[in-house]
Amino acid sequence: MALIETQDLTRRYELGGEIVMALDGVSITVETGEFVAVMGPSGSGKSTFMNIIGCLDRPSSGRYALAGEEVSSLSKDALAGVRNRRIGFVFQQFNLLDRVDALGNVELPMVYAGADRAGRREKAIAKLKRVGLGERIHHRPTQLSGGQQQRVAIARALVNDPVLLLADEPTGALDSRTSLAIMKLFQELHREGTTVMVVTHEPDIADFADRVVRFLDGKVVSDTRQTARDAAQALADAEAASAAQDAKDAAARAALHKKEAAE
Amino acid sequence: MSLMEAFRSALEALRAHKLRSALTMLGIVIGVAAVIAMIAVGGGAREQVAAQIRTLGANLIMLTPGNITAGGVRLGAGQASSLTSDDAGAILADVPAVQAAAPIIRSNQQVVAGANNWATQIVGVDLGWFEAREWDVAQGRLFTPEEVSRGALVVILGETVATNLFGEQSPLGQQVRIKNVPFEVVGVAARKGQSALGQDQDDTAFAPLPTVRQRVAGANRANARSVGSIMVKVREGEDMANALEDVRALLRQRHRLQPDQDDDFGIRNLAEMAAVREASASTLASLLAAVAALSLAVGGIGIMNIMLVSVTERTREIGLRLAVGARPRDVLRQFLIEAATLSAIGGAIGVALGLGAAQIVALKAGWPLLVEPAGVALSVIFSAFVGVFFGWYPARRAANLDPVEALRAT
Ligand SMILES: Nc1ncnc2c1ncn2[C@@H]1O[C@H](COP(=O)(O)OP(=O)(O)OP(=O)(O)O)[C@@H](O)[C@H]1O
Ligand SMILES: [Mg+2]
Repeated sequence: MALIETQDLTRRYELGGEIVMALDGVSITVETGEFVAVMGPSGSGKSTFMNIIGCLDRPSSGRYALAGEEVSSLSKDALAGVRNRRIGFVFQQFNLLDRVDALGNVELPMVYAGADRAGRREKAIAKLKRVGLGERIHHRPTQLSGGQQQRVAIARALVNDPVLLLADEPTGALDSRTSLAIMKLFQELHREGTTVMVVTHEPDIADFADRVVRFLDGKVVSDTRQTARDAAQALADAEAASAAQDAKDAAARAALHKKEAAE
Repeated sequence: MSLMEAFRSALEALRAHKLRSALTMLGIVIGVAAVIAMIAVGGGAREQVAAQIRTLGANLIMLTPGNITAGGVRLGAGQASSLTSDDAGAILADVPAVQAAAPIIRSNQQVVAGANNWATQIVGVDLGWFEAREWDVAQGRLFTPEEVSRGALVVILGETVATNLFGEQSPLGQQVRIKNVPFEVVGVAARKGQSALGQDQDDTAFAPLPTVRQRVAGANRANARSVGSIMVKVREGEDMANALEDVRALLRQRHRLQPDQDDDFGIRNLAEMAAVREASASTLASLLAAVAALSLAVGGIGIMNIMLVSVTERTREIGLRLAVGARPRDVLRQFLIEAATLSAIGGAIGVALGLGAAQIVALKAGWPLLVEPAGVALSVIFSAFVGVFFGWYPARRAANLDPVEALRAT
């Protein structure tokens, strides 16, 4: 059974009498365990699609079954339950609560799941360790770098052990090296069995997925499978390259100092 | 999310904007403090009046001399008395509802005891007085009927007079001089406290009526048997209004008044006077409480305002909460609890402040501090209710936000 199955999904917006088809007949199937990159130009409907898949929004028409269950007709409360237990969402802007620490942010979905405090804490710490922030659990978002904040957001998305991890431009606000580190994390989660779907503008990022779906004007225009590039390797290469660059810079600086000293 | 959880998270949110939360709370603090203070002050004022009525004694009718016409010349009220000891006797004898009728003459005099002296009111009374006022002696004895009828030189001191003249010493058997006439102190009257008019009822001394008439007040009167006033006590269970009419009819007949003539005496139901006072005290108290409640409502509007601002500011947060699985009712509850927490904390502080203010007013005015626990509980509950009521609309707004749009907010 497919994890995601949509049929003729549409999403209409009315703006001052004019009808915008943000999604225009999207039929797509994603199996459990896939890593899908969603690409397309700005305004092509990627976010609209992700919001419907993430049960944040409902389609204007069409059908969407998540793990065999038709969700397009569920009530608001039922959708909240689906978002809470089966889906993890990662945003470009992290969306962390500034007034609570990393731990508090990661605990939030469990609070709505009704978990008890001790269990919550234990699990949140485990997930923060999982994303490499075991040392920073009491830092507030303002005391963390962008990459670290996104890791907290990923830990939050993972904390209820969702079957589906959705990320809308998760690296859009990060530099390239941090982006690689985040993609490495996604690849690891994918290998551990989570189905991952990532929206991105950058072909480099899409390379790490094993399937690329392209949108244009609310429609899927291509859907290709590929051999994913290894993010761990890419990150190691980038680090090696930057280390080499650092060494070069240091040598140049030393030479400069020597010259200055000689004069 | 458990309630405890929600409460903790509400405190976090309120702490994030300390000054704003404090100022919003201030509105409620002032409102609740005002309500509590007004309830307490009003209750104290009412209780004071009620206490005065109790010390006065129940079922009393006061007769005072009125205008009398002597040879076509109208003399002013109290100039000459139209009431006599015989009137008092007739009232007691002829009106069955009357239990006691006490003729009284009052005279302000200096009382001297050795080196000490004290200006007070000497009241000439017979034994009916002590019955009518339900007043007894704390030490010593009352007058004997024989002492009253022959006008013996005996005196019963009020507590205030006794302490001012004799201090800690017992005044019993001691001599005091009034208008240079020596009196023997036979008793000290029981403590009565303040009267309905705020006078110290213990600052007085009693002597037999004939004694006061002849030796103290001076004989400057139209009638040798005239008295200053008559206090009438109606029997328990009798109708006051009927008794009052009977007394009035008897006196009109005795004074030979024609139907077209006005009464030549004043007649008043003391309990009624006191009740009027109590009613006006109550009216004032409820008016003050109403104004205070209004200020509480203004505080509530402040909460509503700040909650609306807060919902707008935290739209993204609400979107995020919805995205990670909050149901609309979770969001509703979160904001309601924030509003209720603001107003309940404000309410608690307000209660403390209000009680403090009431204490100060009570001390200054010499009232009993009367705080009904029910009143306090009610205003705390009411203030939390104010939070929920005024927080409802903003919370509703937050709960109805669309997750996608909320997440897109800046
Ligand atoms: N709330 C809305 N009201 C009206 N139109 C909307 C709304 N949300 C999205 N749209 C329209 O739907 C279309 C698809 O928007 P969407 O956000 O899905 O694009 P996107 O592919 O995510 O673009 P980007 O890469 O810039 O994020 C756009 O034309 C957009 O203007
Ligand atoms: Mg988008």
